[in-house]
Amino acid sequence: MKHRGLFLLQLGFTLLVTAFLIVPVVLSILAGLTVNYFVGLESGLTLRWVIEVWTGYRETIFLSIGLSLACLAVTLVLGVPTAYVLAKRQTALTRAIEELLVMPVAVPGLATALALIVTYGSVSGFRTSWLFILVGHVLFTLPFMVRSVLAVLSAIDLQTLEEGAASLGAGFWQRFCHVVLPNCRSGILAGSLMVVTLSMGEFNMTWLLHTPLTKTLPVGLADAYASLRLEVGSAYTLVFFLMIMPLLLALQAFAKPRTPKFVAEEAE
Amino acid sequence: MRRDAQRLIFLLLPAGIFFAAFFLLPMAKLFFIGGSGKTGWAAYAAILVDSNYFGSLVSTLAVAAATTVATLIISGISGVFLQRHKFPGNAALVAMLTFPLAFPGVVIGFMVIMLAGRQGLIGQVTEALTGDKLVFAYSLSGLFMGYVYFSIPRTILTVMAAAEKLDPKLEEAARSLGASPWRVVLDVIIPGLKPAFISAGAICFATAVGAFGTAFTLAARINVLPMVIYTEFTLSANIAMAAALSFVLGAVTWIVLALARTAAGSTVAAAG
Repeated sequence: MKHRGLFLLQLGFTLLVTAFLIVPVVLSILAGLTVNYFVGLESGLTLRWVIEVWTGYRETIFLSIGLSLACLAVTLVLGVPTAYVLAKRQTALTRAIEELLVMPVAVPGLATALALIVTYGSVSGFRTSWLFILVGHVLFTLPFMVRSVLAVLSAIDLQTLEEGAASLGAGFWQRFCHVVLPNCRSGILAGSLMVVTLSMGEFNMTWLLHTPLTKTLPVGLADAYASLRLEVGSAYTLVFFLMIMPLLLALQAFAKPRTPKFVAEEAE
Repeated sequence: MRRDAQRLIFLLLPAGIFFAAFFLLPMAKLFFIGGSGKTGWAAYAAILVDSNYFGSLVSTLAVAAATTVATLIISGISGVFLQRHKFPGNAALVAMLTFPLAFPGVVIGFMVIMLAGRQGLIGQVTEALTGDKLVFAYSLSGLFMGYVYFSIPRTILTVMAAAEKLDPKLEEAARSLGASPWRVVLDVIIPGLKPAFISAGAICFATAVGAFGTAFTLAARINVLPMVIYTEFTLSANIAMAAALSFVLGAVTWIVLALARTAAGSTVAAAG
């Protein structure tokens, strides 16, 4: 009997926590679709605010999508080879490199952004282009790609796979492209989802790195919250939810524990 | 063998060059600019000497500490509960609790406004009940609420993963020896989850110290270090001071994470 009481108490508590997280989300979705939030739902539902956001802030959405895909491309090119090296050689040096790579995540984005501005702010063509924001996003997301790929590479028997391929006459690049890369596919996919999601939502750095012509979605959101009516801010948030929802669902599916693979998968 | 080493270095090169050019070099430059203002290198001491900066440092650390404690208690209770009891709807609850995982700080700030802002739910409810409208979104309490909101999803995931590895036999043994549920929690479950608590707590603390978006959305006059840095940089154009303060802020966060990693014996990294 006592245990049942304890169970209900914990369940009640957990439901309260869930409500704390989800109620504001629901409220903001409703506010974005209500004619006048101050009056309430009886003022009627409308898509007017969503359309207003689309006409006024469309560019921020496109820029954020483009930016996150470019960020993904760069982190793939820089991150996957790095993870491979870190997996192959586990020395004090590679551990130090891993440690260094994580620093942009540990150090507040504000500090990194200021550092970039004082160093490259005077390079005019660079400062005003979206590439400036891209640099910040890559710094921030690279460790997630490296770790995700590294986790998979450490779980498989890389040594045996590579030796097997080498004994069959495969050169270094053949092994890298046809043995190593296909084997860390799941890590690359999980890392990619993480990179795109994080880049899409990055604000701490982006707020200092952006210019009036390079506004990303979160920057636009901050603008809307500060200067427009609550309904427009909510509608904008709704658009943001719609954009990250598929990414989040995919990430959650990936977060499920996987059994580590010790042998190569069948090639397609 | 030598060729192998050469290839590995070649593979590291792109990331190395990028990182050196866009992180190490700028950070070094930031460090020197911090010491180039009208007060010179004393700028680095200003955070402790100047009462204004010291005040914001104290409130930043206080909010971060409160966030960490509250998040660990909340996520500890719910995380262990959800891991231990598989009832219908469990998966849905976990999905909802981790949904805000990727919300940026600005959106978190807006969620706080939806709850505790001028047109927020808490204000409406308290107005209907007591006649007084309770609005606390635009203060340190609002910021605290936002950081807890932000930290719960990732902390619950960490706690659940750790609770899965706890050996239920230990608890059964304690119980069969006559320990009360409370003693089991205190002497078996909490020590077992300690590494997870340390690493998740460090992340909570570090993000709460360095986060900027939430405070920016709630704005008004929240006196925390990231806001002070932003104001020094944009309004006062005091770049040297902003550089010194952000360098100190970065160092504090990094040290907290490094200490936690040593204590927990696993890798810890902040996110968001």
